[in-house]
Amino acid sequence: MAFVIGGLFAAGIYMMLRRSLVKLLIGLALLTQSVNLLIFDAAQLVRARIPIVPEGEHALLPPYADPLPQAFILTAIVISFGVTSFAVALAYRALRTVGTDDLDRIGETELS
Amino acid sequence: MTDLLLVLPVLIPMSTGILTLLAWRRRRLQRGLSLAGAAGLLAAGVALFAEVSGPGILSSQIGGWPAPFGITFVADLFSAVMVLVAGLVGFTVALYSLTSIDPILESFGYHPLYHFLLMGVSGAFLTGDLFNLYVWFEVMLVSSFVLMALGGGRRRTDGAVKYVTLNLLSSTLFLVALGILYGLAGTLNMADLAGKFAQVSASQPVGVLRMLPMLFLIAFGIKAAAFPLFFWLPASYHTPPIAISALFAGLLTKVGVYALIRVFSLIFVGDTAYTHTLILVIAGLTMVTGVFGAISQNEFRRILSFHIVSQIGYMIMGLGLGTPLGLAAAVFYIAHHIFVKTNLFLISGVVQRLGGTLDLRKLGGLYATRPVVAGLFLVPALSLAGVPPLSGFFAKLGLVQAGVADGRYLIVAVSLAVSLLTLYSMTKIWNEAFWKKAPEAGAREGARPDADLRAPLVPVALLAAVTVVVGLAAGPVFGVAERAGAQLAHPAGYIEAVLGGGSR
Amino acid sequence: MTSLILQVAVRVLMPLLLMFSVFLLVRGHNLPGGGFSGGLVAASAWALFAIVYGAGAARRALRVDPLTLIAAGLGTILASGAVGLVSGRPFLTGLWGALDLGAYGAWMVGTPLLFDFGVYLSVIGVVLTIIFVLEEE
Repeated sequence: MAFVIGGLFAAGIYMMLRRSLVKLLIGLALLTQSVNLLIFDAAQLVRARIPIVPEGEHALLPPYADPLPQAFILTAIVISFGVTSFAVALAYRALRTVGTDDLDRIGETELS
Repeated sequence: MTDLLLVLPVLIPMSTGILTLLAWRRRRLQRGLSLAGAAGLLAAGVALFAEVSGPGILSSQIGGWPAPFGITFVADLFSAVMVLVAGLVGFTVALYSLTSIDPILESFGYHPLYHFLLMGVSGAFLTGDLFNLYVWFEVMLVSSFVLMALGGGRRRTDGAVKYVTLNLLSSTLFLVALGILYGLAGTLNMADLAGKFAQVSASQPVGVLRMLPMLFLIAFGIKAAAFPLFFWLPASYHTPPIAISALFAGLLTKVGVYALIRVFSLIFVGDTAYTHTLILVIAGLTMVTGVFGAISQNEFRRILSFHIVSQIGYMIMGLGLGTPLGLAAAVFYIAHHIFVKTNLFLISGVVQRLGGTLDLRKLGGLYATRPVVAGLFLVPALSLAGVPPLSGFFAKLGLVQAGVADGRYLIVAVSLAVSLLTLYSMTKIWNEAFWKKAPEAGAREGARPDADLRAPLVPVALLAAVTVVVGLAAGPVFGVAERAGAQLAHPAGYIEAVLGGGSR
Repeated sequence: MTSLILQVAVRVLMPLLLMFSVFLLVRGHNLPGGGFSGGLVAASAWALFAIVYGAGAARRALRVDPLTLIAAGLGTILASGAVGLVSGRPFLTGLWGALDLGAYGAWMVGTPLLFDFGVYLSVIGVVLTIIFVLEEE
């Protein structure tokens, strides 16, 4: 698990360091995925029951999974979904207005 | 009653956003709703402040789930002050945007986005849960992304790309920090963490314990535009329409500072010799780089953007001192900065309307033609530089006192020097835009020296009046800030309010 | 895109997907499912329609503006939260009541279901807004 996370982080950061805007977005997407895995891992990944009180019982039966990290990750996924779709639209617009996805060339406007 | 009061600052912008969405194609209705919603937020802020300044810290468990598990909304004095100021700025900028915003932007959903942004801001100020803070950050950021990119154009798209990338990166870091923190402590409720983190610290290697605060520092530092991660701010804040950049300048970075103060006064208090000294160093560097950046610029809004960076340094300095007085001064400074900076940005909008440009080399002679505008610029500008009797003077006075009391003379000296440089750069704007003779009368495109300014000047005058009043009534206002600072420095009351029973 | 296979398939798939999305929505409280996944399934049904017949036709078939859907969804969420507030409890408190359906037995209805319905509507609205706008470019 740690290797997967590390690999995803490395790939994400490598992509972000490229000059192309599209690759930058792919890098960001990879990073968010690796963070989701990291939360999962940090909160101890175990084989366990779902954290719902079974019928006829009055308390959770151990071992049960911690529901909070799953809720965190679900929220993070939803948010990153929204943000990524916006970023893709932005990249598309940048491509149309500037005519390139090369970050250096987009940045030339800075000087004027 | 408590429950209602605590969620109102979030509910009002949310319902306004929904209503303006429903009134999508009816522009006048949208504008009316927008203004009414902003006024409602201001009223809710006042009510919350009145309540909190009385008996003490309020809390409400959203959904009725008890504290360490569910989401808690908490308002101590600091949060209440922030919500109040956010409401004030939200209202004035809404007023200003009615007179200035491009109808095309309105048709792209300016008003709903504006209110969702305000919702994110007040949610971030009120939440008592770190993960929930992340969610509010995202609500705020997504709306700000869209506002930033609205309308297109080459420069705006460029600014938006930088802004989006850096902020996404910082959100990711924040999330990493959250994941690790949860793995260590098993909770993300801030009040709960305050106790749990200290317990966990005993059994963890010092490297882990230092890495976590650093991750938070970097994540919030990017959002707050602190040194060395400030560069996205001056690169993007001058591109969107005036009303939007005024709102951003006033509120967004301050949410980052708020989060820094919250986290470093509540959770990471075990290792202050390490973390808070580092924060002080960052504060000093932020001030200096910000102000030097401002001096080297020639464009009205860019100068102001760099000043935001330098002012962030002052706020972090209050946090780095860590004493109740230092925190009080930081609270006062944030509040002062929010309305002064918004005001300056709004004035830059007025100047742009008069002169058709914001390039200082091409502006001039506005004092002769428009003395009222010049006077209104002078009030926040001097306040920013810290000239008595305006609000900025007392904010800086508090910081200097706190620094001297703590024996940190170097940072005090730096902050005073930076004040002088701020004054210099404000004088530069004054000289160039208002005082010197107008350059060649060659008509520039978009310049309307005879524009009717009564409507846009109302919000500007309102904010200027606030600056003056806060300056004149500095005693009582600083008293409030001192109590907020005391609450921050001794978080027992905060923890008690969240965990000890709360409202249910 | 005018693929005959897709055109025929969509006619069968649309009702199935929409029914499945409602099923997901309703069973979501204690089992996998819920407003978000249900909304996504419904939105994907409409997206399929838009791919086959074009975004304009999909807009006409949907009858309401996706933006109105977002607003309605958020409004529903707000209302579900306000129920708790009105009855003197914190915002978003889950309240349950039984709805008697005669022969079908009692159905548990509560504000979490209302909340989920709001999520369902807003997810459809958001996804369709994005898809329609990109499709129409």
